[in-house]
Amino acid sequence: MAMLTIKDLEVYYGVINAVKGISFEVNQGEIIALIGANGAGKTTILHTITGLIQAKSGSIEFEGKELTKTPAHKIVSLGMAHVPEGRRIFQQLTVYDNLKMGAYTRKDKKEIADTLEMVYKRFPRLLERKNQIAGTLSGGEQQMLAMGRALMSHPSIILMDEPSMGLSPLYVSEIFDIIKEINKSGTTVLLVEQNAKKALSIANRAYVLETGKIVLSGDANELMNDDSVKKAYLGE
Amino acid sequence: MSFLNHLINGFSLGSVYAIIALGYTMVYGIAKMLNFAHGDVIMVGAFAVFISMTSMGASALLSLIIAMAVCTALGVLIEKVAYRPLRNASSSLAVLITAIGVSYLLQNLALLIFGADSKSFTSIVNLKAVKLFDGQVSISGTAIVTITACIVIMVGLTLFVNKTKAGQAMKAVSEDKGAAQLMGINVNATISLTFAIGSALAAVAGALMCSAYPNLTPYSGTMPGIKAFVAAVFGGIGSIPGAMIGGLLIGIIENIGKAYISSQMADAIVFAILVVVLLIKPTGILGKNIQEKV
Repeated sequence: MAMLTIKDLEVYYGVINAVKGISFEVNQGEIIALIGANGAGKTTILHTITGLIQAKSGSIEFEGKELTKTPAHKIVSLGMAHVPEGRRIFQQLTVYDNLKMGAYTRKDKKEIADTLEMVYKRFPRLLERKNQIAGTLSGGEQQMLAMGRALMSHPSIILMDEPSMGLSPLYVSEIFDIIKEINKSGTTVLLVEQNAKKALSIANRAYVLETGKIVLSGDANELMNDDSVKKAYLGE
Repeated sequence: MSFLNHLINGFSLGSVYAIIALGYTMVYGIAKMLNFAHGDVIMVGAFAVFISMTSMGASALLSLIIAMAVCTALGVLIEKVAYRPLRNASSSLAVLITAIGVSYLLQNLALLIFGADSKSFTSIVNLKAVKLFDGQVSISGTAIVTITACIVIMVGLTLFVNKTKAGQAMKAVSEDKGAAQLMGINVNATISLTFAIGSALAAVAGALMCSAYPNLTPYSGTMPGIKAFVAAVFGGIGSIPGAMIGGLLIGIIENIGKAYISSQMADAIVFAILVVVLLIKPTGILGKNIQEKV
């Protein structure tokens, strides 16, 4: 049974048709990768799922609830968190305040404290820097903060947009290891990445996008060995 | 001793500017727009107090509460009808011009309803002046209440923004509306709340201002509104303590200027100082440098 089902999704930016009738699904416990070049529509799809952009037509069903009619601020409490492109942490707040903001919709103080402890355990660097202003963190640390902030809502699915963008290779490996761990502890992951090699190495399945359409999909390992994918996205 | 008198009057006037400037600065910080109709909300607040006290015979406190309610509703309505539809407009000029339009609308509505003649406002403060140094220095009851109100509002707002969930939501919305939505924050509700608070404060400022300077006309809000805007920019727009410092400084400069330089030039001095401050420190006294980080 699919957890998240996207059907015939069409999205426009003004007159530009950014997403042209896309359908895909994400099952519980999977890591799904959406790969493709700049401008393929990957980020637009994530923004439409969490309501930051309105769809023109099509449906997005998450655990039986239609998301295209749900306002953006109601989505996180359904169990869906979004780590946006460029991290978009609150630069002027402290690390701790950023994490607290992630739990904005939750009420139970005890549960929030437990989640916070779990996040600090996963990202010890955030605990070390909890009183630091977030804007002063390095790029990799900011990415960790953005992921930690998303985990604070205790999501059942987490959407990650270009987590490797702008990071040194060392950090990229670390971030991808963490994504794998987050998935192992029971959170479903929908990953958008330009770094196709890394994305395919941790994903179960993947969809390849080109100018707003899915051109290829399947098992991540198989895609990794697919000649056209190799040529276009893996630089081989 | 007369210097001390002028200073105290400056403090009192500055407190009114500071309370108005808080409304400007909060709305700017969160909605990233200059609400030039804010000054006219002060005027509406003052008229609400005036009507409640003279025509309805309500007590000063009740009149103030009625005025705050009226202004809160008005502020939220203005935001919803005039500014919200333009929030995603490609040019921020559109909303600025709309704000000026709302300002004229309010002035002319007041003109239509209350007429152009000046009303004599009854002070809401019924407190005896305090005399110090054998009566050489006198602090009016209105000045005491105004300065106290300013301090209470300042402390209250700082606590509200830093300690409450709604305050944290305001901080998040002021930085990044999209990311705030992803946290589950209702951006529209947060912006409405900001307008509500700013407009309620405008009512308080209107009542206190007219208690000190008891001539009320439909244009009474214009000049204080502009000066409070200067105060907000002076202190660093977007900063709550900045609005307070800016307001007090403008009030003191204006009063001292009036007393010792020229009463006709006082406004020119205020604006000249603004120009100088902006030349030296464009972000204002407490303003932060906004850096776009990719």
